[in-house]
Amino acid sequence: MNAQRVAASEVAHDATQVLPPKFDVRQLNFYYGNTRALIDINLKLADHSITAFIGPSGCGKSTLLRVFNRMYALYRGHRATGDVRLDGQSILAPDVDVAALRYRVGMVFQKPTPFPLTIFENVAFGLRLAQRNSRAQLAERVEMALHDAAMWEEVKDKLRHDARSLSGGQQQRLCIARTIAVQPEVILLDEPTAALDPISTLRIEELLQSLRERYCVVIVTHNLQQAARVSNVTGFMYMGELVEIGPTGQIFTAPKHRRTDDYVTGRFG
Amino acid sequence: MKARRQVRRLTNVAALCLSLAATLVGLACLGAIVWTLVARGVSGMSLQIFTQMTPAPGSSGGLLNAIYGSVVMTLLGIFIGAPLGILAGTYLAEYGRDTRLANLVRFVNDVLLSAPSIIIGLFVYEVLVVPMHHFSAIAGAVALAIIAIPVTVRTTEDMLRLVPQGMKDASTALGAYPWRTITSVIYPAARSGVVTGLLLAIARISGETAPLLFTALNNQFWSKNLNAPMANLPVIIFQFALSPYKDWQHLAWAGALLITLTILTLSILARFIIAVLPGGTAQR
Repeated sequence: MNAQRVAASEVAHDATQVLPPKFDVRQLNFYYGNTRALIDINLKLADHSITAFIGPSGCGKSTLLRVFNRMYALYRGHRATGDVRLDGQSILAPDVDVAALRYRVGMVFQKPTPFPLTIFENVAFGLRLAQRNSRAQLAERVEMALHDAAMWEEVKDKLRHDARSLSGGQQQRLCIARTIAVQPEVILLDEPTAALDPISTLRIEELLQSLRERYCVVIVTHNLQQAARVSNVTGFMYMGELVEIGPTGQIFTAPKHRRTDDYVTGRFG
Repeated sequence: MKARRQVRRLTNVAALCLSLAATLVGLACLGAIVWTLVARGVSGMSLQIFTQMTPAPGSSGGLLNAIYGSVVMTLLGIFIGAPLGILAGTYLAEYGRDTRLANLVRFVNDVLLSAPSIIIGLFVYEVLVVPMHHFSAIAGAVALAIIAIPVTVRTTEDMLRLVPQGMKDASTALGAYPWRTITSVIYPAARSGVVTGLLLAIARISGETAPLLFTALNNQFWSKNLNAPMANLPVIIFQFALSPYKDWQHLAWAGALLITLTILTLSILARFIIAVLPGGTAQR
């Protein structure tokens, strides 16, 4: 953690105080049946910044991520209480159009999940769902997304190939391209590099840096160094509670809570 | 200690011998059937079989009308049964899952899967043949469809369930409603498996005799009328094999060999599709 990086994240964190938050979470509780997985979570997520959530397995960080696009609604017995607002609008209300919400809040998963379609069709998938595009528009937006995901040069000659013929790292970047193709406002990443080799991981992290300017990025990671490298703000979770959230530099060098200190210095976890 | 190890070793050898013997008995039966079929059937095989109608006793002829009838009724049966089976399988795998209704449907489907085909023939006889006052190819196709449905439901559900949950979640996370996820992601991912299931269903119904006996009956002549009795290989084989006429018996053997080869081809094709074609359920 160098001084410059710390300074940058301080600035980004200061911005959160000025701009209205992208996500505003108040008194969020989450239940799997009778088990409470998230306990009284309160936090604000800034736009144009990368927020990382760290913590030991089962601490609720993935659960929290799945609240932001209501993925949990797919499963019976999963429910959230409290208030979660995106740009001031509640997303937990029963009448919320979840498909429209997921269109604004994209998600990338731990394992690359290319669809059994061509590379082009994978990226075009979300675009086709949302609106009618002319052939030329579609091609243009697919190319743009692949450019943004820094893989246009690699795949421009094989857009008609099966996406599953790509390597694992390429597949994951394709999934990111697929997510940003619809130009969401928020990108959620659930341990996006856990299944990848170090080189692919590096490329994804570089990609994330370039996305920061335009999106509100939220990443869950097991890898502390990764959180330190890519994020402006880091939240530490433990046993369903958000123990501490603050500028990444501060969380890693001068945490306020004992537990955070123990975790980031490797004394448990 | 040593004695006990000796006992275990002997038990192991005994189990191995028994299972090997059981396998050999099974294979020997199968081999005997195929051998008899080929030995007796090949002599009856000729181009005539595909060009001439079933003959009157004592004259020469082929199986053209029966082959045509079998193909028509099998295809019609799968045409009726496949959409119902695939949609029901989709419901079980993607919508119903572990709800009570889905479990009930699954149970009923399993019962139907093992129902004797003659009962299905009788059922269609009661609900179609009796009200229509005559046997017909349509009734035959419906009976075959009812046999094909549970097979298709089962294979479709199994194949759709093999599609990784992550792929379904990714589609949902992009804002797709379930039906869109099913048609655009899950079906392409499970395509080869579902097609294989259909081929196996075709193989299954193309050799069915009992349900056709009560529905399509048989026809010694060329008939394209779906609303009239229609010739078909299984019933022709049944009729000709039990007849006292030598040339009819020869035709029956040839027909039996023909059905067997068709089913064999379909099964090999099914395996080939699973192994080779893209869009398989085997993920990298």
